[in-house]
Amino acid sequence: MDLQKLSLKLHPLERKVLPVLKKETEFNAITKKSGLQEIEVMRALQWLENKEIIGIHTEKKKIVLLDKNGMKYRKEGLPEKAFLTALSDEFKGLNVITKKSKLSREEVNACIGLLKRKVAIDVKKEDILNVKITEQGKKLRTEPSFEEQFLAKEFPIDLLSIQDLDKLAFDELKKRKDFLKIEEQKTVTVTLTEIGQKLLTTNLTRDVINRLTPAMLKTGSWRNKEFRAYDIEINVPTTHQGKKHFVTEAVEYITQIWLDMGFKEMSGQYVQSAFWDLDALFVPQDHPAREMQDTFYVEGEASLPPVWKKVKAVHENGGDTGSTGWKYTFSEDETKKILLRTHTTVLSAQTIANLTKDDLPAKFFSVGKVFRNEALDWKHLFEFYQVEGIVIDPNANLKHLKGYLTQFYKKMGFDKVRMRPAHFPYTEPSLEVDVFHPVKKEWVELGGAGIFRPEVVKPLLGFDCPVLAWGQGMGRIISEYWNITDIRDLYRNDLKQIREMKSWLK
Amino acid sequence: MPTVTLNKTVFEELVGKKLPLDELKDRISMLGTDLERIEGDEIEVEIFPNRPDMLSEQGFARAFSSFIGVKKGLREYVVKESDYNVIIENSVSNVRPYTACAIIKGIQFDDEKIKEIIQIQEKMHVTFGRNRKKAAIGLYPLNKITFPVTYKAEDPTKFKFIPLESNNEMTGLQILSQHKTGQEFGHLLEGKEKYPYFIDANKQILSMPPIINSDTVGKITRDTKDVFIECSGFQYDVLHKCLSIIVTALADMGGEIYSVTLSYGKETKTSPDLTPQKMTFDLKYINKRLGLDLQEKDAIELLSKMGFGYDNGNVLIPMYRNDILHQVDLAEDIAIAYGYENFKEEIPNVATIGEELPIKKFARKVREILTGLKMVEVKNYHLMTVDDLNTKMNLENPLIPLQNALGEHNHLRNAILPSLIKNIRENQHNEFPQNIFEIGRVFTKDPNTETTISEKDHLAMVLCHEKTDFTESKQVLDALLTSLGMKYSIQETQHTSYIPGRVGNIIVNEKSIGIIGELSPDVITRWGIQVPIVVFELDLEKLI
Repeated sequence: MDLQKLSLKLHPLERKVLPVLKKETEFNAITKKSGLQEIEVMRALQWLENKEIIGIHTEKKKIVLLDKNGMKYRKEGLPEKAFLTALSDEFKGLNVITKKSKLSREEVNACIGLLKRKVAIDVKKEDILNVKITEQGKKLRTEPSFEEQFLAKEFPIDLLSIQDLDKLAFDELKKRKDFLKIEEQKTVTVTLTEIGQKLLTTNLTRDVINRLTPAMLKTGSWRNKEFRAYDIEINVPTTHQGKKHFVTEAVEYITQIWLDMGFKEMSGQYVQSAFWDLDALFVPQDHPAREMQDTFYVEGEASLPPVWKKVKAVHENGGDTGSTGWKYTFSEDETKKILLRTHTTVLSAQTIANLTKDDLPAKFFSVGKVFRNEALDWKHLFEFYQVEGIVIDPNANLKHLKGYLTQFYKKMGFDKVRMRPAHFPYTEPSLEVDVFHPVKKEWVELGGAGIFRPEVVKPLLGFDCPVLAWGQGMGRIISEYWNITDIRDLYRNDLKQIREMKSWLK
Repeated sequence: MPTVTLNKTVFEELVGKKLPLDELKDRISMLGTDLERIEGDEIEVEIFPNRPDMLSEQGFARAFSSFIGVKKGLREYVVKESDYNVIIENSVSNVRPYTACAIIKGIQFDDEKIKEIIQIQEKMHVTFGRNRKKAAIGLYPLNKITFPVTYKAEDPTKFKFIPLESNNEMTGLQILSQHKTGQEFGHLLEGKEKYPYFIDANKQILSMPPIINSDTVGKITRDTKDVFIECSGFQYDVLHKCLSIIVTALADMGGEIYSVTLSYGKETKTSPDLTPQKMTFDLKYINKRLGLDLQEKDAIELLSKMGFGYDNGNVLIPMYRNDILHQVDLAEDIAIAYGYENFKEEIPNVATIGEELPIKKFARKVREILTGLKMVEVKNYHLMTVDDLNTKMNLENPLIPLQNALGEHNHLRNAILPSLIKNIRENQHNEFPQNIFEIGRVFTKDPNTETTISEKDHLAMVLCHEKTDFTESKQVLDALLTSLGMKYSIQETQHTSYIPGRVGNIIVNEKSIGIIGELSPDVITRWGIQVPIVVFELDLEKLI
């Protein structure tokens, strides 16, 4: 890189550290000489290394340091010297020696053991302990011992460099309390690269602007000065954006598809009467799906709209629809039950009930929550989204139904749609909708559809008219898009998950 | 959903044709039955509740054979006249008032056939019979019974017999308390003073419907050739339909059907009557619904593939079909015969204008503003526990319980805030600040609504980090309401969830639309959190 450009990129810390590197190579020495904090030097060296101006080498070694007693006796001399000085060729009582040597009881005891081993003293035990010096002892009294020589060295000492007599002294001193300590030391050394060498020959003390300040702008002092160039390739700390929940993104996308296709959005309550959720949809009151275990019920009695009597007649005998009906006695208590909606098809029923002939043709959709009485596990949720749609058009037919669904799924990323016969009490024909999974290469079932029966349409709308209808589950598509295998992860609300989730890009 | 298990060899014999495996799978799906599995010689198929006639091997094979074009058209079933008579006493009228009966002769029963018959009976009980409530079926070896048979009801301590799977005579009452089947289905006779039973001319009790048959005269064995069948329940038409489905399956098994005369007091009925029902055929209506242009002869051909007959503008519907209520049901069968795979998709040229709900559009705006303030949206369930909604919030609000929730989440939430604080608690290991919001629905009791429950869309937000304070929450509120072009004020209030003097109502147009404040340390620690929290929650609909 151009030296001029490189020089401009240097941070003020780098600028301070770099000249030090002419003479110093070891980290602590560099720090001392630069007058900066350790962390500042570390950062500067790292940046310099990133720019290939220097190389950093880290070495780990064990070093020997003086501990507190080591330091004390280095200054005062070892206690055995004082002990030996207090002795003579005659046996003397220990208390006399102790007094004369000015040592503590503890030191004296240590000295006796030590000096006995070195054959520097003779010991005689009578009433009290008596000690006299030997010839070897006299020698030791005058000459500096290995230990003393070792203590006199300059610390720290590299553990591996201790050899021969020093090694003996080291082993001896290590036995004594708080004389020596061994620590692991990281040695950081720095070498200048070729670029570094060259850079040092340039003028590093140039005056560059770091942060642009309002004052500079006001006074124009930035003119005729250089700006420090940043290392813009370096990683920066993460910042958090505000974010929509990822399921909201999918819901908004699906909503947009239906809006684009000219559908109006339906609204409605989560809490519904059995009348709207089931009876208006011609689900017989003893249908197995109506049993307690599938549906959440709430205590109380719902009030019924006037149309309930027509619905009752349709169940019992077909009313004026030309149907035979289910041929049973319709229960008012059953229809007044309050429940959490089991499908958004309830919204379709309520929407139809509010239309007149002049509103047709009309198309409606909803993307809304529905409820099933299940305990939560990796495969089951007690509430989930359903995508609902109806087309109320006097000329609608089964081919149109396939057409609308094919268009929808194309926009969801599935090119092929298949219909299979199925059964729902409120549609005839009824069909199951499968899409061809482009990766798994197989048909995947996504929901039900059909044309509402006249027993549903006529009482609510007032006249018979084909109503194309569908209710599709989206959980499968949504989970798969985000590689979610445990369906509870859709609503775990883990902030890290939501923050890091990729956006819905379809 | 009920399934029927077929033996592939028997099935192919009944159908009259062998199909390659792939085609077999495809045709089963396209007939409107879900193929569960094919393993070796076993085929398991799921039957939708509208087609109980397909719950037997014979019924399924019959429909399949027509569908693939082997034995098409209306099947004729002959019912021979007989002088078997069943007398229905008035005593059953308050218990289980109706029965429809038939005789089948000439079946060579072996273990396989007995198993099949029990399968049909059980599947019919569970589905069509709604666990024997709507219809219960009994089969008896004809040679052990002396006619006329009487159907009557009596004090359950006054009659006794040996029920199946027992060695002792028991009274009707004892069967309910001591017999396994009695305990299982006893609730169907609960509260009745009299229990119903069938008894023959020799005073032998045949059975106590809908519970159990007699071990003496109500057990089909390998020696049985001829059987007496009865269905009991509450509506004659329903029972007759049930009977028709069973006798046609048994006829397909090789039996001959004989009628039984039923004496309901002065009125008599003869069952079964397998004369096909007639429905006027409206081809124009059907073509319109399906988007097809079928000619009459095409339609007749398609009808015959679904087992229907046709006579001069009328469709002849076999008695075993239970799902033809209206012309649309014929339309569906024609569509199936035509093949769902053969319908081409078509988008009609109909202009309609798309329109988003105002509340949804508004919510989208609010989301934009709040995410612009670096907040994260969460989405919680609408069901929660009382502990989370009240106890941990230091509140005692009335809540709406669910009657039968299987999980621990058994109350409708009346506020979003507890959901958000729960999220904070569960995110303690993640990075702070944790500034989150949710737009969602809340529920309160309101007798003036159709369902006695009022629903509102709320917005709630929570700021949680070391240095958060009331000012910060008001800054968010201020940014939001200013962006929405609204004037507001805060009016100090009292609330047990908040620090006194740091909580207020949010006032817009002189009405309170929500609350803002700093949570009390008591509430924060009840949740097991150790970071300050400020919040607001408001009624979104009041902002539009």
